[in-house]
Amino acid sequence: MIYFDHAATTPIAPKVLKAMEPYFSEKFGNPSSIYRIGREAKSILEEARKTAADILGAESPMEIVFTSGATESSNLGIKGAMEAAAFETGSRVHVLTTAIEHHSVLDTVKHLEKSFGAETTFLSVTREGLADPKDLSKAIKDNTAVISVMSGNNEMGALQPIEEIAQIIELEKERRKKQGIETPLVFHVDAVQSFAFKKISLKDLPIDMLSLTAHKFYGPKGVGLLYVRQGTKFNSQQKGGAQEKGRRAGTENVPYIVGMVKAMQIADEKRDKYSKKITSFTNYLVEKVTAEIQNVELIGPKSNQSRLPHIATFLFKGVEGESVLLNLDMLDIAASSGSACTSGSLEPSHVTKAMGYDDLSAHGAVRFSLGELNKKSDIDKLMENLPGIIDKLRAMSPVKG
Amino acid sequence: MSDLYGEKVMDHFTNPRNVGVMKDADGVGEVGNPTCGDIMKLYIKVREKNGERIISDISFQTLGCGAAIATSSIVTEMVKGKSLKEAEKISNKAVAEALGGLPPVKMHCSNLAATALLNAIEDYKKNKKGEK
Ligand SMILES: Cc1ncc(COP(=O)(O)O)c(C=O)c1O
Ligand code: FES
Repeated sequence: MIYFDHAATTPIAPKVLKAMEPYFSEKFGNPSSIYRIGREAKSILEEARKTAADILGAESPMEIVFTSGATESSNLGIKGAMEAAAFETGSRVHVLTTAIEHHSVLDTVKHLEKSFGAETTFLSVTREGLADPKDLSKAIKDNTAVISVMSGNNEMGALQPIEEIAQIIELEKERRKKQGIETPLVFHVDAVQSFAFKKISLKDLPIDMLSLTAHKFYGPKGVGLLYVRQGTKFNSQQKGGAQEKGRRAGTENVPYIVGMVKAMQIADEKRDKYSKKITSFTNYLVEKVTAEIQNVELIGPKSNQSRLPHIATFLFKGVEGESVLLNLDMLDIAASSGSACTSGSLEPSHVTKAMGYDDLSAHGAVRFSLGELNKKSDIDKLMENLPGIIDKLRAMSPVKG
Repeated sequence: MSDLYGEKVMDHFTNPRNVGVMKDADGVGEVGNPTCGDIMKLYIKVREKNGERIISDISFQTLGCGAAIATSSIVTEMVKGKSLKEAEKISNKAVAEALGGLPPVKMHCSNLAATALLNAIEDYKKNKKGEK
């Protein structure tokens, strides 16, 4: 198999798997139990929490809430903060996000609008897929309680200007303080795709909440975390036991949490080297595809500075993404069209739509996302086949490619 | 992903029959799928035989998913040599069945081929009227 879908998921690294192993049947205790193996599990859990906090530059391990993945993290963070703000102010609150968020944020915001009566704004983006901080600044209202902006986009790799946005939000917080506006303001960032490539230090960057999921950086699926800055109010969503200081009920998934934190450590250590390697692969792929195939466009930011290193999404004119993927799959080459979630639905992706591409062009989107499983020769192997596949499909197409 | 589709679908997807433009077509039907935006164009040639109008030749062009390409291909096989009357009766369900079924989310794709066929026949009839 040749795997070009690292943005969908990655394999568990051997070191990660090894770190997890003792916590399945050997050190299997429940962290809430008072006897020895329970206490041991608790201490492992808290050690993992501390390591995660250190890697992220958090002030205290208590700022880390372990979850079942970024979907839960973003649901918990955004819903939780909106509820808390509505309760505190006793009035309708506003949530501001972008039109290109992952569905775990987008649908959470839509849900809040429908079932909770929240005011919502979905900021549009440029043709390159970037949100404009000036637009964001203008869209903030006195009752804005949550602003959620993803760090790196999973469908086309745009890196959003998170630092600039954070500064704008800090100014807004100061303004509110001065003017006695009581609505709390929470800045949430989905850093799922960028974590392995771009260091975020929460010591220096005023982000209030941050979502991560382990399986995008060689950790296990079904485990993630929500960072919550001290003093940020949010209501728990999952009710039950007192785990995670009452912020997320349910027995902690100790082996997976250990695995995630190990994967975070490795990603943190290797970040620069990994970024460099993957950037060179992706550049090579882009060079090849644009040189050897006509009428193809790499979407997303033009400048590498504003791109995630691992994602290259192309629009092949006159063809449809799924038929390209099927042809690649027959050669055991794995890629995706937009996002893995999108391939189950028929709608062209909300991301290409927000960037202003018409539905027909958006149909020809194919995403390649590179990572640890790749060698340079994978790209050569792909390019032995891709031009022919596109030619064949174009010859079949009523739309000129 | 090939498990998404049956063997017959994959066969027609990899080796589509009757692909291409027909320069001297008697009728052309073009449809865009309202569900997903995919596009198909179908060309037919019609001959009279024993007082019946027969589809003597047919070809297609499709921009669409695997199911769309496979249904386009099989519909051309199903109606080639058939009378217009018979061809008009072909439903999208029949097309899907001929392919050994389609996954539920892909059922709408078979509309593309059946509708394009009806449109092509319609177009032929209109052209015919114009001649008289
Ligand atoms: C940007 C982004 N956010 C959130 C998620 C959700 O992660 P998970 O499915 O692990 O909850 C993903 C991946 O699917 C993603 O790419
Ligand atoms: S998804 Fe468009 S025709 Fe199948």
